[in-house]
Amino acid sequence: MSDILNMQPEIASREVGHKEQHVHHHKETFITKYIFSTDHKMISKQFLVTGIIWALIGGLFSVLFRLQLGFPDHSFPILETVFGRWAEGGKIHAEFYYALITMHGTILIFFVLTAGLSGTFSNMLIPLQVGARDMASPFMNMLSYWFFFIASIIMFSSLFVQTGPASGGWTAYPPLSALGQASSGSKVGMDLWIISMALFVVSSLLGNLNYISTILNLRTKGMSMTRLPLTIWSFLFTAILGALAFPVLLSGLILLLFDRNLGTSFYLSDIFVAGQALSNEGGSAILFQHLFWFLGHPEVYIIILPTMGVVSEILAINARKPIFGYTAMIGSLLAICVLALFVWAHHMFVTGMNPFLGSVFVLLTLLIAVPSSIKVFNWLTTIWRGNIRFTPSMLYAIGFVSFFISGGLTGIWLGNSTIDIHLHDTMFNIAHFHLVMGVAAFFGMFAGVYHWFPKMFGRYMNNTLSYIHFWVTLAGAYLIFWPMHYQGMAGMPRRYLDKSMWVSFSQFHALDAMISVVTIIVFLAQILFVFNFFYSMYKGRRCRSINPWSATTLEWTTPINPGHGNWVGEIPEVKRWAYDYSKDGRDFILQTEGPGENESVH
Amino acid sequence: MQTFLIILILLLGFYIVIQIAKANDLMAIIRGEEKSRKQSNKISAYMLLGFLIVGLFGVYWTHHTLGDKVLKFGSAASDHGILVDEMIKYTLIITGIVFFITQILLFWYSFKYRESDERKSYYFPHNNKLELIWTSVPAIVLAILIVFGLITWYKITGAAPKDSMLVEITGSQFKWEFRYPGNDGILGKKYYKNIDLANDNPLGQIWDDAANHDDIYVSGEPMHLVVNKPVKLIIGAKDVVHSVGLPHFRLKMDAVPGTPTTIWFTPIKTTKQMQKETGNSDFVYEIACDQMCGAGHTGMRGEILVETQQEFDQWMKNKKPKWATIKKETTTTAGDQVSASTPAIPATN
Repeated sequence: MSDILNMQPEIASREVGHKEQHVHHHKETFITKYIFSTDHKMISKQFLVTGIIWALIGGLFSVLFRLQLGFPDHSFPILETVFGRWAEGGKIHAEFYYALITMHGTILIFFVLTAGLSGTFSNMLIPLQVGARDMASPFMNMLSYWFFFIASIIMFSSLFVQTGPASGGWTAYPPLSALGQASSGSKVGMDLWIISMALFVVSSLLGNLNYISTILNLRTKGMSMTRLPLTIWSFLFTAILGALAFPVLLSGLILLLFDRNLGTSFYLSDIFVAGQALSNEGGSAILFQHLFWFLGHPEVYIIILPTMGVVSEILAINARKPIFGYTAMIGSLLAICVLALFVWAHHMFVTGMNPFLGSVFVLLTLLIAVPSSIKVFNWLTTIWRGNIRFTPSMLYAIGFVSFFISGGLTGIWLGNSTIDIHLHDTMFNIAHFHLVMGVAAFFGMFAGVYHWFPKMFGRYMNNTLSYIHFWVTLAGAYLIFWPMHYQGMAGMPRRYLDKSMWVSFSQFHALDAMISVVTIIVFLAQILFVFNFFYSMYKGRRCRSINPWSATTLEWTTPINPGHGNWVGEIPEVKRWAYDYSKDGRDFILQTEGPGENESVH
Repeated sequence: MQTFLIILILLLGFYIVIQIAKANDLMAIIRGEEKSRKQSNKISAYMLLGFLIVGLFGVYWTHHTLGDKVLKFGSAASDHGILVDEMIKYTLIITGIVFFITQILLFWYSFKYRESDERKSYYFPHNNKLELIWTSVPAIVLAILIVFGLITWYKITGAAPKDSMLVEITGSQFKWEFRYPGNDGILGKKYYKNIDLANDNPLGQIWDDAANHDDIYVSGEPMHLVVNKPVKLIIGAKDVVHSVGLPHFRLKMDAVPGTPTTIWFTPIKTTKQMQKETGNSDFVYEIACDQMCGAGHTGMRGEILVETQQEFDQWMKNKKPKWATIKKETTTTAGDQVSASTPAIPATN
């Protein structure tokens, strides 16, 4: 892309071709290379492709339920053709609707934005950017993917059971999720959901422990912690959060499994359901919510932190400026990581929790806005007086910041219990979290995919398609979620299928229809992205430069198509931090370059 | 047929877009990568500026078209609701200012500092003073919001006044049932295993507890409340977690099986007043279940009627306690199933 680096492409690729033969001295069969691979780069691609498939399914579900929400009086015969009794008469039935929203949430939060996101970028970038040949334990890394794969298969198969998949919301609150009598989705579909999630936790732990130990132990010579790119810092904090919080979810889910199948009463008490009083007494339904949100809240940071790192990196590279306030960026990541563990009960202000306890959680929750605003201001200062190149990834990074601001500010509303007592579980909430951790995280993920695609596949994605994808998604996401704030301000609860019987919430017919139409358009734009991704993998323009974006970090010192082991010969030594852009009149200085004689000190 | 046509058109559309995109990228290479990159860079920068302008107009326009459809500030129908509205208003002002400043800066900087051959990026890795400013200013602003928020929170969740009226509300799939304490002002004890739909005991009241004998059970009609009289709701659920959502009173509290919760407020406008104020003669206060509770969640609707004390007394006068009918039945039938099933450890409210 830049002239400086295009000077020696032939030499570079010739060298690569020659040396690759040396690296690949062990024989690789199709199975060891593409399926049971221990190469972190291949595992990363496996996570990414699986994540893309899940994202298509999860996104399609949102299109289906938006059809019903937008056009409640209209019948879509094709739905009956495909889904049979779930959409009898061409309308989505309530059971189906709740199954769709539950699986939409579960799939996108866990399978796409946790596994698909961390799995892709942590795996791809940690060894490459810290200067390691692979993860600390490549075998564990492989297991991490295969546990995820089995979890995926089980979750996918639960879509086909006769009583339907889990349909008690992605939060799976008991007693609804514990009692098959209360909802058909709480029958075998729920068991499959729990088993799948348990395996998912195993996968996530194997991955997280690997990420942590690789970052702490396998940094190359000279790569002190303060020379790490912010991507790596964000992956480190994400992995720590995951390792601390996911086991609590696992315990909560196992207890739920016991309540469901072994007659225990952890979450059940005083229940009279379907004309029958159950024998369970002494349990607490709220206990599950505590256990769930102890993961559930850190989970949103597990989703957003990696994208913060990715975006910081991409903003700096494309603004040709160092990231502003590197230390403050790490500090704010640390602050978010610590606070994230102590704010879970702000999801529970209206569960009858002690008001004093609630007030402690208000305090801690609103404190998170401080490190978050530090990050936003630092990002703004990073592009200030830059020389910005609008690659597709840069546009996505800017979009990320925009969505993070829009969605983050409403967090100040909902984190304040006084406001939450009115807006809790309304459409306002839907707008808030979709903007701040749904769309924003997707934008961070897209930014990362466009940016590191040349590293993954040695090719570029199609630029024109990328730009179309960006603009449709940016405008579409705002059109979908911005007006939802207003629905929430009218008090409209979330997860309502048909508002026509309500006096207070039935005034939004036209708006709902508009949102649904935009949802379909945005979904089609995502198909363009997926096409672009797979097409460019095989047919995209070849990347002929080792360092196509003129970046400073180590992954751009590897060959264009690095083999297993990443570097040919010695691992490079690191001699400076990752953000020397436009320093002393030079466009960028690689991390491997030593300090110059007359270099200025900052 | 129509569906196939739509799919065909979509596929054709995709094909055309993809072909154009491929040709466009190819053209870029032919024209010279660097040149076309700079050109597209310019286009992107102007589009970002355009997005900012259109977006800001969109914010205005959304407000223009939807502003009338939301619950307006100051229209709250309870004393606590007014406090909540105030809090939302101040938070809206503060977050609104931050929203406009940061979004405008983000897109304006993106546009202004687009790549140009004349410009060199400014090497600016950190500045302690700036960072200190934008750590401490948000911290102070948030501290203010937290303090005001918590003061209001304690007012709302504090103990209910002694003279509050007591009403029990019980959620179950997918309806709300109400109970008034009767003349003694005490809700009688109940136990979920006593729930007996066949013998007219839908709440599981324990008939051995005399406090139950004058309790009034209400279902299938609105909960009646008295204007300007504080009311304390005792909230429970029979099967799964529900939530008592009261949008016009700006309040909400979950109904959890096995763990009773409470909330109190003072309705300050009668239903009739609200009908006049909103200009909607069909206006009713609605109870919306806000916690997903199963397939019928959407339809779990209740109503509240706020009226004057006289109207309320008039309505209450015609209500008979459940015990009155139960007593008749138990004296005529030999079996005494109800009291026999009374447990040793009754659950209390």
